[in-house]
Amino acid sequence: MIPGRMSVGALSHGTPTPRAAVSRGIEPPLALLAELTHRCPLRCPYCSNPLELSRASDELDTATWKRVLGEAAGLGVLQVHFSGGEPLVRRDLVDLVRHAAELDLYGNLITSGIGLDADRLAELVEAGLEHVQLSIQDSDAASGDHIAGFAGAQQAKRRTAHLVRLAGLPLTVNAVVHRQNLDRLGQIIDLAVALGADRLEVAHVQYYGWALRNRSALLPSRDQLDAATATVETARARLAGVMVIDYVLPDYYAHRPKACMGGWGRRFLNVSPAGKMLPCHAAETLPGLDFPRVAEAGLADIWYRSPAFERFRGTGWMPEPCRSCDRREIDWGGCRCQAFALTGDAARTDPACTLSPDHELLTEARGDAAQTVPDLVYRQHSAVPRRSSELISS
Amino acid sequence: MTEQPRLSVEGGAVLRFAPHVKFRFDEVRRAWIVLAPERLLLPDEQAVEILRLIDGERDVDAVIDELVRRYEAPREVIAGDVVAMLQDLVDKKVLRR
Repeated sequence: MIPGRMSVGALSHGTPTPRAAVSRGIEPPLALLAELTHRCPLRCPYCSNPLELSRASDELDTATWKRVLGEAAGLGVLQVHFSGGEPLVRRDLVDLVRHAAELDLYGNLITSGIGLDADRLAELVEAGLEHVQLSIQDSDAASGDHIAGFAGAQQAKRRTAHLVRLAGLPLTVNAVVHRQNLDRLGQIIDLAVALGADRLEVAHVQYYGWALRNRSALLPSRDQLDAATATVETARARLAGVMVIDYVLPDYYAHRPKACMGGWGRRFLNVSPAGKMLPCHAAETLPGLDFPRVAEAGLADIWYRSPAFERFRGTGWMPEPCRSCDRREIDWGGCRCQAFALTGDAARTDPACTLSPDHELLTEARGDAAQTVPDLVYRQHSAVPRRSSELISS
Repeated sequence: MTEQPRLSVEGGAVLRFAPHVKFRFDEVRRAWIVLAPERLLLPDEQAVEILRLIDGERDVDAVIDELVRRYEAPREVIAGDVVAMLQDLVDKKVLRR
């Protein structure tokens, strides 16, 4: 699943920094994305996990995850997002949630909702879980199951939402939208309200990894997108104070790139199932970067001193047109993974920007998407033939 | 689940932090923070002062009175700022009645 975009609002500006980091301008991270596993009952064709999925035997053990949580709290992390894959497949999930709560970390479960029953949820609540983010694939059950590649997914999700509300936990529904469900955005919003969501995140597919393989099948048309944006604006007005709707325009139709992860190595850190520490969940696809393993180095050491976290931090690495752009500290050059996926060079300006010399690549992709809708390629563990442009260097 | 009507922040409203919202001091940053579902607010000094008066007992008028006393500023100026900030936080489900 695609983990939610985490919004970092401020009542006013100015993030304080600890004295140790002030001299080098590096702030402590705000949140840890703990990808406990790549195992998942769903097979969504836009999964944000890498094409090379980790197996259960590669996963960090409980003791190591507890150490990671402890070091994260010490480093200044405030929120931990338990994610995957499907984090519920980890038998030590309750243990890890409890450990995080004891460290004053704000615990969030990012889940498909498959495999959560009332007893397990009660254990998670008792352990100190604060919030659940539940993915839905569509408002229509048949289409939802088709996109998830799992019969009965939609029904299981409805049940999970009900259990979460009964347990008194706040609920965010995360709806990943694309060509095949965007026309039903109005119904998706209604479903989220009916499920009792406090917040709905309408997340356009981001095209790298599995989603890039399926881009022609998933990229919406301009007309679809305009209609969806109008739907969101109307619903926001109607639902003010009832349900918050987070929605941002997708890169392929935007003029300026997103500040991906709030900037490389600025706010978020990700620990992969096998224990690599990354600036974002997709960064492992980038070649030439040696992401340290948490088994070999402390989190603070990696955050403040590793070459991989330094590589695209700040503005020093930027090429033109970013380097002299007055938005360089607003969007931080956009997404490195998207730049690499589209141009083969992670250090180029994100092609989502109309100022990028590569912006035409997006224009072409939009044209391709308008013509053909191929079958979906579902995520799977076994090796599959790939086009050379998608090969991962490891 | 039914839709709850939107709450308007009025003088007599007694607000409290919603369940699963944490307002606490962070020792690493030496700053007050608000943790809410997938939201993190870093309130400035003024906002912290207002939020520290949200105790589930004072109503909004009493919060404003206290700030008027501390700052000796015109009540309507302070009231405007306070109500706007609190309404925003109610809409974000950080605070509730």
